[in-house]
Amino acid sequence: MRRLINANATEFWLILVIFALGLFLSLTTEQFFTLVNFTDLLNTSAVNLIFAMGLVVVLIAGAIDISFAVAASVVQYVAALALMALGGGNWVLGFLIAGACGIALGAVNAALIHHFRIISIVVTIATFNVFFGLLMFFTRGVSIYNLPGWWSDRIILWEYETASGAWAEITLPVLVMVFAVIATWLLISHSSTGRQLYAYGDNPEAARRIGISPGAVQYIAFGWLGLMLGIAGLMQVNYAQEVVPNALFGRELDVLAAVVLGGARLGGGRGTVLGCVLGVLLIAITENGLNLLGVSPYAFKMVVGGIILAAITLSNLSLESLAGRRP
Amino acid sequence: MEALKARLGPEVLGLTVFLLAVMLVFSFLSDRFLTAANFGSVAVQLPELGILTLAMLLPILSGGLNLAIISTANISALTVAWVLQVNGGPEAGMGAFLLGAALALAVGGAAGFVMGAVTAISGAHPILVSLAMMIFLRGLGEYLTRGGDISGFPDFVAAIGHGSLLGIPAPLIVFLACVFVWQVLLGRTRLGFFTYMVGSNIEATRYSGVDTKRALMLIYTLSGVMCAIAGIVMMARFNSVRVGHGEAYLLITVLACFLGGVDPFGGFGRVASVLLALVILQILSSGLNLLGANQHLSTAVWGLFLIAVMVLRFGWRRWFERKRGKT
Repeated sequence: MRRLINANATEFWLILVIFALGLFLSLTTEQFFTLVNFTDLLNTSAVNLIFAMGLVVVLIAGAIDISFAVAASVVQYVAALALMALGGGNWVLGFLIAGACGIALGAVNAALIHHFRIISIVVTIATFNVFFGLLMFFTRGVSIYNLPGWWSDRIILWEYETASGAWAEITLPVLVMVFAVIATWLLISHSSTGRQLYAYGDNPEAARRIGISPGAVQYIAFGWLGLMLGIAGLMQVNYAQEVVPNALFGRELDVLAAVVLGGARLGGGRGTVLGCVLGVLLIAITENGLNLLGVSPYAFKMVVGGIILAAITLSNLSLESLAGRRP
Repeated sequence: MEALKARLGPEVLGLTVFLLAVMLVFSFLSDRFLTAANFGSVAVQLPELGILTLAMLLPILSGGLNLAIISTANISALTVAWVLQVNGGPEAGMGAFLLGAALALAVGGAAGFVMGAVTAISGAHPILVSLAMMIFLRGLGEYLTRGGDISGFPDFVAAIGHGSLLGIPAPLIVFLACVFVWQVLLGRTRLGFFTYMVGSNIEATRYSGVDTKRALMLIYTLSGVMCAIAGIVMMARFNSVRVGHGEAYLLITVLACFLGGVDPFGGFGRVASVLLALVILQILSSGLNLLGANQHLSTAVWGLFLIAVMVLRFGWRRWFERKRGKT
């Protein structure tokens, strides 16, 4: 048990904090511990979790990506135009187009990083500006509302009327999110490719000497993030029911904060799917709890920022002091 | 010549060539490019981005990043606005403004100090700490202003933003003063030397007897103070304060530093070459503006330009290595 906790210290602390927060909110508010609230939490955090699944793979491989959220906006716009040109399309076409566009944009980043030996943060800050600038230039900031019905209609997979008369619903993005989480878990924890990503992220030179191809690592990591951002973009449209070119601007830093809160390390080699899920959930539950407690919505971000700051400080301090005390 | 090159840094020559090339191209494309009016508009636009970039430069040189620069600038500007409002809004005197400015510098410095302290003591990655600080400060600002504008300042505030001294715009004078201070700080003081050392190898620096924790705290405090100056200049230029003003500049400042040859991992980079990079970016943007493009296209071109420069640097390095290999 002790070894399990030591090996997964971040996840352990997150579960503890989430549990304490949940207990506190259950006691102080009536709505928190209800099925409706839980399904709402899942529906609202689905898109961020899909993004997080992509980003954590890139972080594990020792890189960082700032451009993925605006890349998802590009994918949304391209997919919307392509699908309308194809006469409406359907889910299969939607996934194919969004996935392919996402992978293509991810491959642009990977190509610049690998072939020209530019550091990932430099590349992705440049592509962030290129993607966003070109998107806003060509679209003139105009949103698309007349989307095909299959795409913008809410798809309720499961619903249940609670005793109070409110409906608890699970929508399509949640199912897709579950698939994304399972697929990412299989990739990074149960495939040799995934282990190579960890190895490369931890020590690129050592990984190269045991025969791991640096190019393949970059293309796989950024390709996976590309796939995830394409799918997340598709789902965000399903959730918001419109394509707004700057809707995801700034989302990259929110997702990054959640992923790193979940134990992924900037610098590579560390990060788990469970940690990511917990990081995203902790932030979602905090915002949800503040809402239920009747705190002004303007104060949400302030509290969330304060919590992340405190969490970073405490988790690093406690790990350091634990390490110091060990004989 | 060699002494000059050593003082200004190795990137200056290449960047000057880029600057001349850009100017040559635009002077052929537009006959309004080489006019006093055009350079006047560059001189007016340069300071905002420039001061923010200086605030970003110091943390990057120390091997970190400060993602909270815009929110620190906004909060500092809010402080000035608050002091002015308390002292009669449009009727407030110069004394109130000076008091507000002093408080703003203190607030910016305090925000920076907290980031530096958390980074130094907990050992958490600065990207993460400043990201949390950014979310917190932006939330605090939104909470205080309820997401609205604050305006109604005395007339001399606008005069600071739009006035000029001996034909030089006032913000440009402030900017050049800041550049001078940074140049002296980095080139001539102990703290400047420590900044480069911490960025190169923080452990080795610590073992050399340098108090790296104190150095980090000072670096981020100074960065925060510089943000406050930027906040005041932006406030004077727009004649209003709003949380989120200038948010698009955040990643542009990082882009400008990288374009100026600053090492993304810290330790290397000069003020002079960053200044040149800033001038190139503004010239690009004003030239494109004359050709009828908007700010979004300029943003995209800035990104493409950074990629092009990084690719050229890669090619240059390759070519150099090959030449050295033959002899």
